[in-house]
Amino acid sequence: MMSLSHPTWNWFSMMPILPELFMAVAAIGLLMVGVFQKTPSAYRVGLAAILATLFTIGFVAWINFPRMTVLNNMVAIDGFARHFKFLILGGFFFSLCLALHDLKNKIFNRFEIPVIMMISTLGMMLMVSSNNLLSLYVSLELQSLSLYVLASVRRDQVSSSEAGLKYFILGALSSGLLLFGMSLIYGYVGSIDFDVLSYTFLQNQASLSVGVIFGIAFILAGLSFKISAVPFHMWAPDVYQGAPHFITAFFAIVPKIAAFGLLIRILAGPFAPVISDWSQIILFLSVASMVVGGFAGIAQTDLKRLLAYSSIGNMGYALMGLLSGTPESLGATILYLTIYLIATAGTFAIFLMIYKNDTHESPMTALSGLSKQHPLMAYAFAILLFSVAGIPPFAGFFGKLFVFQSVVEGGFIVTAVIGVLASVVSAYYYIRLIKIMFFDEPVVEIAVSLCTARVFVASLSLFITILFILFPNYLLQHSLSAAQNLFGS
Amino acid sequence: MSFPILTTLILLPLIGAAFILLSRACDKSSRWIALVTSAATGILSILLLCGFDKTSNDFQFVEQYNWLPSLGISYHVGIDGISLFFVVLSAILTPVCVLASWKAITKRVREYMVAFLILDTLMIGTFAALDAVLFYVFFEAVLIPMFLIIGVWGGARRVYASFKFFLYTLLGSVLMLIALLYMYLQVGTTDIPTLMSATFPIDVQKWLWLAFFASFAVKMPMWPVHTWLPDAHVEAPTAGSVILAGVLLKMGGYGFLRFSLPMLPDASEYFIPLMFGLSVIAILYTSLVALVQTDMKKLIAYSSVAHMGFVTMGIFTMNQQGIDGAIFQMISHGVISAALFLCVGVVYDRLHSREIEKYGGIAKNMPVYAAIFMIFTMGSVGLPGTSGFVGEFLSLLGTYQANTVVATIASLGVVLGAAYMLLLYRKVAFGPSTNPEAASMPDVNIREYGYFLPLIILVLWLGVAPNYVLDRIGPSVKKLVSDYHSELSVDLMSNTEIFEAAPTIEPEPVTPATNVMMKQLEETP
Repeated sequence: MMSLSHPTWNWFSMMPILPELFMAVAAIGLLMVGVFQKTPSAYRVGLAAILATLFTIGFVAWINFPRMTVLNNMVAIDGFARHFKFLILGGFFFSLCLALHDLKNKIFNRFEIPVIMMISTLGMMLMVSSNNLLSLYVSLELQSLSLYVLASVRRDQVSSSEAGLKYFILGALSSGLLLFGMSLIYGYVGSIDFDVLSYTFLQNQASLSVGVIFGIAFILAGLSFKISAVPFHMWAPDVYQGAPHFITAFFAIVPKIAAFGLLIRILAGPFAPVISDWSQIILFLSVASMVVGGFAGIAQTDLKRLLAYSSIGNMGYALMGLLSGTPESLGATILYLTIYLIATAGTFAIFLMIYKNDTHESPMTALSGLSKQHPLMAYAFAILLFSVAGIPPFAGFFGKLFVFQSVVEGGFIVTAVIGVLASVVSAYYYIRLIKIMFFDEPVVEIAVSLCTARVFVASLSLFITILFILFPNYLLQHSLSAAQNLFGS
Repeated sequence: MSFPILTTLILLPLIGAAFILLSRACDKSSRWIALVTSAATGILSILLLCGFDKTSNDFQFVEQYNWLPSLGISYHVGIDGISLFFVVLSAILTPVCVLASWKAITKRVREYMVAFLILDTLMIGTFAALDAVLFYVFFEAVLIPMFLIIGVWGGARRVYASFKFFLYTLLGSVLMLIALLYMYLQVGTTDIPTLMSATFPIDVQKWLWLAFFASFAVKMPMWPVHTWLPDAHVEAPTAGSVILAGVLLKMGGYGFLRFSLPMLPDASEYFIPLMFGLSVIAILYTSLVALVQTDMKKLIAYSSVAHMGFVTMGIFTMNQQGIDGAIFQMISHGVISAALFLCVGVVYDRLHSREIEKYGGIAKNMPVYAAIFMIFTMGSVGLPGTSGFVGEFLSLLGTYQANTVVATIASLGVVLGAAYMLLLYRKVAFGPSTNPEAASMPDVNIREYGYFLPLIILVLWLGVAPNYVLDRIGPSVKKLVSDYHSELSVDLMSNTEIFEAAPTIEPEPVTPATNVMMKQLEETP
């Protein structure tokens, strides 16, 4: 066993969490700037936040240690955390770019918005690094609480307040479940440190007490809320629909990736020795998410709700990759999440160009005949949708391919068959969107708001989605090595 | 390796498509760019045909590049006798389609031409791929342009037809993906030649076979999963129907030959009765359905299902004549059905109706058209001297050796085929001209000559000199058949070790009688 704590504390020992520290200082600094600036401008704060994010990305890239733990073994820095921090910060960068245009708007001219987004992102970065149930909980709450505030940022609008409240109540419930599970684990094992937990589980693989299994189940239930896996998904469509558009984009792009990173860390870390006890839970969550995500999406008429169901289904596919628990399968899952993040960013970039902020609704019929008025945008949207649906030759297909490969390898062939059949069901609503854009006649003139940042995000996302077929190796190797890093420890 | 001709064939249309997109070409110039690139692809494919070594039964023009080396997936293309003519067929039919849509398509011409060029790339890629993942990517990506072609430029019920086409085909393909992944994990590579030499336990084979069957049977399409085809054909624009019938349907038969037979021989043997049963039902049932159609395109669509029945029957005879016949039938059907849809397109462009009732006696005002239509009708019926005869004859000959009863029943389909095609022809070309608009239609113009002429030549040439094709198909099919039988016997022996000394089953040699028939075929004027 490795040493549990650092005997001496000095500034240099804090080096590995420099990106987090920087992010925290920057967030507080921007808060101060926001408070004391004469003419409040959320836009400028947003720009500064983008700059800070780029610096943080730079720090993450610079700090490339083998596995290290800091703060009394509370936070672990390793290749896995590094990869997920890139994803989270990249996603956050995209979200900020998408938000910039709306921050100029009078309604959203609140400098707190980018700051709260930053704090939430800080929580996510700590989440994927957590090495202790306590740091896990604290960082998870840091990000969740910020998200509840963001959902209800339009207090004057019923839908937004409702979304925030729903998110808060259900989120609080899930936190309760999580805490209950943690207390069970603590009570039965006597530790909340991941390394100790891992060691203890390894020793007592065969004779795990029921209390611990309940603890694991509760923790998984709590985390399933965060990734909106069925049956803990009910909040997602409502929150997606109720929140302002650019906030929904942030919700869709980043937090789920972070929560999934946490899930992988905890399942491949402390809970890895008892895989036989949790794989059935994951199996159920995965199959239920894929099927519900597929079927429930069919009846939707609101695009944001549809995208919520699409993300539920996608989480199901990603969860499927966790079933066999090998480094290769986790690598496939990480690749899937990476591709999903990129595609979602692009989808929402185009979404935000089309849908205006005066209402929280986003009827799909507003896209009618988009291909006639804005062909480029329609084709970009179609490609991203085909990619998310898993139709080759786009990146999304390869994401699904590798996940299914790992699932078949693990011997879960029936699950794989259910998965592909669910993907056909979900293909229906993706091609329905394409039908609306391409086959239907335009009803009204669609006014699009092109802003440079959004166009940039959309083109980057599209670029990666298409060119992935030529150079699939780069992302694949990175995802694999991130997963292997988790096992190396 | 010298000039990478297959990659050029695959990329050339794509470059044309990119050119149309990037140059922001107007409607007229995008038509021309599409025509030039697809024609260049067609000519290149003929060079491919000339360079093909007909004595070899191995893969030729092979190219292999790293793609996902860590997973054993590579960009691997090459062709043998089985895939050669499908590549050529795809490359030749695309310029025909571009010509056929010259005047018929007036809205969103650029996008239409780009869709067809991309489709060209994907079709050639599907037949040339020697890596299962690469094959799957091409095979599946075909759905996207075809979905748009039916949905954007189709008829009144285009949305329904395009959705049905997309979802049906996708449902079949995804099951194949699981089977491919399973095979990959057993063998460790997705290289098709390596997979062919791998053997799987018989129980596993049956499941894998069914998964492949789900994909190929839908694509073929076989009865009872054929219902998407009439809808897709009726609603698609003329050129869409041409490609659909001419090339896309062949992907199913090609899949059976490339995957099911060589990789899963025991399961193929096990499922022969199923395939024969479904083929016979397809031949008889859809022929009867075709008899009562009032829509020209629907009639031809049902006739396609019936003709594909002969193909599946021929493939699963597991002997040289049957498989030769099946491949020949696919090529011949590719040309004839494409031409028939073009024939419908010609009158549709003039009268904007596909109802058989609306026409009648048009041989009077369109004599050349009537003659052209006659040639292709006869080809479809299987008149000796046309390519349709050779395919049907050979596949029936093969079936006769494998199962006399099936061959006898299937022969009835030939009679029915003659019935519905002649009925169609009589109603459209002869009889009293009741519709004054139909009676005043002008005859075929120079552009229409342009695309009919090569097809007429092909139908007659393939009918009179089928050996050009059969010589090139032959060695590969021979290898397929002998590998099939040897793998089968080896596996049976390993299952029942008591019969260690059992003689291995020799592949059926080509009987002298058949040779004589082949000669006669050639001499038939």
